[in-house]
Amino acid sequence: MKMLKTILKQFVHKPVTTTFPAEPAKRFDITRGHVVFDPSKCTSCMICMKRCPSQAVTVDRAAKLWTIDLFRCVICGQCAELCKFGALSVDPAYSSSARPDERGVETYEITYVKPEKPKKDPETEDEVLKRE
Amino acid sequence: MTGKRTVVPFGPQHPVLPEPIHLDLVIEDEHVVEAIPSIGYVHRGLESLVDRREYSDFVYLAERICGICSFTHSSTFCQGVEGLMGIEVPARATYLRTMWGEYSRLHSHLLWLGLFADALGFESLFYNAWKIRESILNELEATTGGRVIQGVCKVGGVRRDVTNEFLSGMDKRLDDIEAEMQEMSKVFLSDYTLKKRLVGKGVLKTDAAYNLGAVGPVARASGLVEDVRTSGYLAYGDISFKPVTADGCDGYARCEVRCKELFQSVDIIHQIIAGMPEGDVSVPVKGNPDGEFFSRSEQPRGEVIHYLRGNGTKNLTQFRVRTPTLTNVPSLVAMLAGAELADVPQIVLTIDPCIGCMER
Repeated sequence: MKMLKTILKQFVHKPVTTTFPAEPAKRFDITRGHVVFDPSKCTSCMICMKRCPSQAVTVDRAAKLWTIDLFRCVICGQCAELCKFGALSVDPAYSSSARPDERGVETYEITYVKPEKPKKDPETEDEVLKRE
Repeated sequence: MTGKRTVVPFGPQHPVLPEPIHLDLVIEDEHVVEAIPSIGYVHRGLESLVDRREYSDFVYLAERICGICSFTHSSTFCQGVEGLMGIEVPARATYLRTMWGEYSRLHSHLLWLGLFADALGFESLFYNAWKIRESILNELEATTGGRVIQGVCKVGGVRRDVTNEFLSGMDKRLDDIEAEMQEMSKVFLSDYTLKKRLVGKGVLKTDAAYNLGAVGPVARASGLVEDVRTSGYLAYGDISFKPVTADGCDGYARCEVRCKELFQSVDIIHQIIAGMPEGDVSVPVKGNPDGEFFSRSEQPRGEVIHYLRGNGTKNLTQFRVRTPTLTNVPSLVAMLAGAELADVPQIVLTIDPCIGCMER
């Protein structure tokens, strides 16, 4: 009879489980889902490659290629934290399931262009010299 | 009269064992005379990686020693490196580490209670325990970004701060979780079937527990007051709590200790939230570790020791881990001697074996 209360409660409340594929999984803003790369910001400084604990990232400076092995990546978020140029970030959405041949290695071509230094104006330079 | 002796292999693959451990059970008339453990099925050589990874990157690897007590492994490793380098961690960071450590204790104990109920054939209790665990995992994910591997500890503090608004909401949610746990633990401690299968099974007397070096809930269920938290590491020095002990010395006592520790952890988290200091959560780290250090902490399963030795370079020269399961194996062997063959799975489960942890 002690259990009757518990049993009756089960009839009243909503199910605690979710119908997963139909209803998306619960996520939070800081959930580490997958690493996102922005090729226009990467300066190939190679910090992400050197400090990756699972050695999932490779940067080829000569060929201007940034590669991530998604099956090696443990999504610790260290690369995104260390990237000074904001080229890497962690997205809360989990990556979908796949076979190694479908989505094992992702390669991006780095499109970063070094901004030119603003040229010094010769007139203003002369003025500065005169003042001195 | 003595019967014929036979050897029954138990494991490494067995329905009640989530991980591989092999026991050779010497049987005489359905009674276990001796149990000979053999380990080494999932050895990964993690400890030797310190030569190739920087100490600051090794935190991620230390965290992956075990999936259940991952946070405690990373905080113990960080504590060791901080001890070597003489880093003073901000008070808020130590409080947050304590909070997450207690959350992982909650989720580990609930996981174990669920698995234990499942091993005894009590499916609905298993679902109930894991249902409560889910809300604990949600709290962990909302504060750290990871459900199982938190990845939030770093040398010099923690990576993420938790807002005070979120912490005050946590108080309320914990009360709801506590009410659910109360209902669940009542079943664990008073159910006739569970009592029948646990009371007097896998007895480890107080003296034997002390001599065999039992740690964690196994030692506390044998009446020993063994708890590293009382040494006051992290923020435990500011918190009032008393180690949970039981005098039963059997499987039921171990279950009882774990059930009562759930409420103790909830109480500790309430105290942490109430006394959370303001300020930074990390300090900049400069230099390299030099010297040697023993870092101890209390995992859900018992005491863990990380031994670190550095030589002033970025890489440590030696890293050794002594996990609670390894320490509890001699106690397990003593418990099994004299037990009935049918009780072996339950007795093995009562020490909460974590083989991945044990073999590194």
